[in-house]
Amino acid sequence: MNAPTHDAELQALAREDAFSLPIDEIDVSKPRLFQEDTVGHYFARLRRDDPVHFTENQFYGRFWSVTKYHDIMHVDTNHGIYSSDYTQGGIALWNAPDVKQRLHMFIAMDPPKHDEQRKAVSPIVAPMNLASMEGTIRARTAKVLDELPRNEEFNWVQRVSIELTTQMLATLFDFPFEDRKLLTWWSDVATSVPEVDHVVESQEARMAELGKMHAYFTRLWNERVNAPPTNDLVSMLAHNPATRNMPPLEYMGNLVLLIVGGNDTTRNSMTGGLLAMSRYPDEWAKLRANPALVDSMVPEIIRWQTPLPMMRRTALQDAELGGKKILKGDKVVMWYLSGNRDESVIDNPEAFIIDRPRPRQHLSFGFGIHRCVGNRLAELQLKILWEEILKRFPVIEVTSEPKRLLSNFVRGISDMQVRIPG
Amino acid sequence: MPRVIFIEHNGNRHEVDATNGVSLMRAAVDHNVPGIDADCGGACACATCHVYVDPGWLPRTGARTEMEESMLSFAAGTLENSRLSCQINMSDALDGIVLRLPEGQH
Repeated sequence: MNAPTHDAELQALAREDAFSLPIDEIDVSKPRLFQEDTVGHYFARLRRDDPVHFTENQFYGRFWSVTKYHDIMHVDTNHGIYSSDYTQGGIALWNAPDVKQRLHMFIAMDPPKHDEQRKAVSPIVAPMNLASMEGTIRARTAKVLDELPRNEEFNWVQRVSIELTTQMLATLFDFPFEDRKLLTWWSDVATSVPEVDHVVESQEARMAELGKMHAYFTRLWNERVNAPPTNDLVSMLAHNPATRNMPPLEYMGNLVLLIVGGNDTTRNSMTGGLLAMSRYPDEWAKLRANPALVDSMVPEIIRWQTPLPMMRRTALQDAELGGKKILKGDKVVMWYLSGNRDESVIDNPEAFIIDRPRPRQHLSFGFGIHRCVGNRLAELQLKILWEEILKRFPVIEVTSEPKRLLSNFVRGISDMQVRIPG
Repeated sequence: MPRVIFIEHNGNRHEVDATNGVSLMRAAVDHNVPGIDADCGGACACATCHVYVDPGWLPRTGARTEMEESMLSFAAGTLENSRLSCQINMSDALDGIVLRLPEGQH
């Protein structure tokens, strides 16, 4: 699995810049740094010199960047001080000034409402249910891989990562399979910041697209609310006392949460895992020699990629964090991507190593009450993907540098050309 | 050294040493007992070291904290005798404690 060399010159320049800038000029929220994949150098500087770092950004406003593993863990597990609630601003760096334009979803709620709504959907990814889905996931994965072209370049993201995650989502929602590409589109729209990425033209256009999603799902809701309960997310929401009377904005918000949660995340781990293998061919050799390592490789892929690089909180009271005084109302950003590269907690953190001793101790799923509800499903999808790859392909060549998203919320890859000799 | 008995969901039994003052989760992880994932490393922040404490032993393990209560409320198959094993420290009083493991950690 050989890849073209990483853009060494760009990385070297970024490193020099990151370590020579006056500290107060460092702003890790710039989406360009994620698109160039140079943000890591700036995080390294902050971890060394200013681990809890204040920034005033023209677009995002004033915010704190939390860059070290244990400080991030502290914020994530103290939800009584650091709020996720959409009324405070929610979980993204940018929030609409008007509360009605914010997404009313349980990831962006504090207890007790968060707890009630989360419990309505979490059984779908409970261990027993996962076991029942495994066969379907494996059959679909096998089919997608068997249909891949040989001896020609193709976009792994489109053919594998998007296809597999979208099929999974369609199953979880019992969404009409032939329309499943809509789920991908709505996920992209939902995470878009139009002023930055232009996926849609404006906030109004974004909300209008999400309104179409809401209309489509309202039809599914109406079909299911009067039918006996079934084991899909729409039926679960429609029948649970905690969610069956949700106002439209909450139904829409929670749909966005569940769609994005199952989409951007695993999609980019599916792509990132292959990229990692191409950059670390010795690890691929290790896996081929010992396929049982897939169990520790999967969490390592999720750490190395960190598909969601950050979550934001808002301080409900004055607090101290890493020696800095956080004031009530301050925006506090946990940079999971930086915590996952914290050299004081993870040995040789830049490297992709598939047999680390404690591979699950990474921040990519968050910790505390908002910890990713679908984490074990994500791991199962990745495990099956790699088991099926191992059965088929001794080599997958990554033939281009990946094209990355202009986004600080999704560490995403939109295009990665590969070739399977055959 | 006091001992802990872990019984996997499939019935497999593991009797392991545990050092006083160290968590029962750590005892499981240090002895590679399958079925204790312990993703957060003992911070009461993930609920993947969920165990069912044998009812006779339950009173000796102390009470759940508010955070443990929250995390357990999101785990699958939580019962009266559910605890997070990272929140129980070993002591002579717990020598021989029996912990059953759930079907999976979530």
